[in-house]
Amino acid sequence: MSPHDHHHHDHGEPGLGEHHHIHSKLPSDPALRVKALESLLTEKGLVDPATIDAWVETYESKIGPRIGARVVARAWVDSEFKRRLLADATKTLDEIDLLGNQGQHMVAVENTPQLHNMVVCTLCSCYPLPLLGLPPSWYKSAPYRSRVVIDPRGVLKEFGVELPAETKIRVWDSTAEVRYLVVPQRPNGSDGMSEEQLAALVTRDSMIGTGLVSLT
Amino acid sequence: MNSIHDLGGMHGLGAIAAETNEPPFHEPWEGRAAGILEVMTFPAGFTVDRFRYLRETLRPDLYLTQSYYEQWLYIAEQALLEAGMIAPDELAAGRVAPGGDRRDDAMRAGTVWGFLHDRGNSARDLPAAPRFASGQQVRARNVQPVGHTRLPRYARGKTGHVIRLHGGHVLPDASAHGGGECPQHLYTVAFAARELWGEAAHARDTIHLDLWESYLEPA
Amino acid sequence: MNGIHDLGGMHGMGPIAPEKEGEEPLWHAPWEARMFGMRRGGTLPPGYNIDRWRHVRELIPPDLYLQRSYYDHWCMSYFAALLDGGWATEEEIASGHAAPGSAKRNDAMRPDQVGQAQKTGGRFARALDTPPLFAIGQRVRTRNINPTGHTRLPRYVRGKVGIVQLHHGGHVFPDSNAHKAGEAPQHLYTVAFPFRELWGPDASAVDEACADLWESYLEPA
Repeated sequence: MSPHDHHHHDHGEPGLGEHHHIHSKLPSDPALRVKALESLLTEKGLVDPATIDAWVETYESKIGPRIGARVVARAWVDSEFKRRLLADATKTLDEIDLLGNQGQHMVAVENTPQLHNMVVCTLCSCYPLPLLGLPPSWYKSAPYRSRVVIDPRGVLKEFGVELPAETKIRVWDSTAEVRYLVVPQRPNGSDGMSEEQLAALVTRDSMIGTGLVSLT
Repeated sequence: MNSIHDLGGMHGLGAIAAETNEPPFHEPWEGRAAGILEVMTFPAGFTVDRFRYLRETLRPDLYLTQSYYEQWLYIAEQALLEAGMIAPDELAAGRVAPGGDRRDDAMRAGTVWGFLHDRGNSARDLPAAPRFASGQQVRARNVQPVGHTRLPRYARGKTGHVIRLHGGHVLPDASAHGGGECPQHLYTVAFAARELWGEAAHARDTIHLDLWESYLEPA
Repeated sequence: MNGIHDLGGMHGMGPIAPEKEGEEPLWHAPWEARMFGMRRGGTLPPGYNIDRWRHVRELIPPDLYLQRSYYDHWCMSYFAALLDGGWATEEEIASGHAAPGSAKRNDAMRPDQVGQAQKTGGRFARALDTPPLFAIGQRVRTRNINPTGHTRLPRYVRGKVGIVQLHHGGHVFPDSNAHKAGEAPQHLYTVAFPFRELWGPDASAVDEACADLWESYLEPA
């Protein structure tokens, strides 16, 4: 019997079954499961531990939400950049070398007093990594994924955000390889601030759509 | 509520492990649990619909992993806790707190058969005529109640036809939430498998659901 | 497949309880970082593109899908992929070690290749000869399909009418690509659905949800 030769197949591809049986054979502690995977992959020449370090280092120190914040701040101060970003984010971000894996096909959507955008991936965890880094745990969790498409205002309340009833909420469910960046509203009273000062105000949550940008 | 209990149409839940010569209970405690739930004194106004609703509130992963009678125990615990008939520390200890109330009205063994025989009649006379007739096309409403409902997600917004009228029956959506019986006409509605699941479904298969009048609109 | 992963619109999953931005750690345990790096830098069996990877994650037993955390899903999926691809036996998986004398590859990603992989990985746009069937602003209905294999058409938008909001050109088709049936690119659209279409007359009259949908998921409405 092959490893995936199950007694039933209610899935599309014979041979690729629900993998119930192997999980009971793995260590119950996730740290040990991952350790077992690393030793197995390393011994088979399927991963170089130094490459793991390099990936971790990339998202610990090079790629994170400050990149997206700088894009937003620039859009706030440079109306021509903003126009191009909203018209063709992929091309505009490519010109400043900000595309990358899990963010090669970009759409930027602008929040206004009339329209509030929010981003989710109900099916897995799609997220614009090159601009925002790794998604927070809650973004990948069942509560957020299940609720934001049916009760976005309830979700916003959990983040301490309340919008006027007449503001339209548009939830973008990232079902393909297109990734969405929310350009939040520039806060009132920020007129005299420099692009750098503005970038420091932009939160990650505001670029997902679960937060607003404020001066404090 | 659109919770994990609403399983119709889901993939990935594994094989149907049919047992030959399945015993009524797999462990002695299952029999005890079933017996307790049948005859215990529930809070005043507790209904079968509340019972089902409480089961739906079980944490989704536990709903998938706990056995059936474990889930019954959860229901009993929740029912007693929410009515204040037991305290959380009593539940944790498995003992009545010192000085706690003791009732003397629990069902006696001699009355069990009569009770089981009379229980569970949800038919109610209705003065109002049924809105829909046998053979009529109806559409199940697209509603997403956060409380209890017996309209599964997979049938919402779908069109079928009435094949049977059952007269008035207690409305679970009300009865589960202390809203009284609010009886409504109950219908069996036949849906073509293709209406529910698309063109890949078998052309002649149908799925029949028992649906209350307020779940339906003319189609 | 209509698996547990297809969460849109479900109740009962509990509060979001987000950790406050800036206070949550990037990793909640050191093993999360190892797993992340292993997924990004590890070699997967032939046919393991992003779509097959997602599908193997969808095949995690539903109770474990709900109980275990995100990077743990990756760990379970990687083991399942090794087994599916015939690159590890159940015994090797259970022991966490390669069997003595088993094949060893020498083509794993090197640390100096990480930057390039981050920069250029994951391009899914494909030029198409055929013109798009739908135009921006057009009304479309999503098909009612219930494939048992991989799909990116969530259940909550099936059979619903929406308006084409964006057209993205050709993109690799996951329903094919996940099952070693080729990239089969199709036109990709973003379709906007009013909440009342999705959730009925009790839903908000102003809110809407958009999903990115391939041409074969859609028909004119």
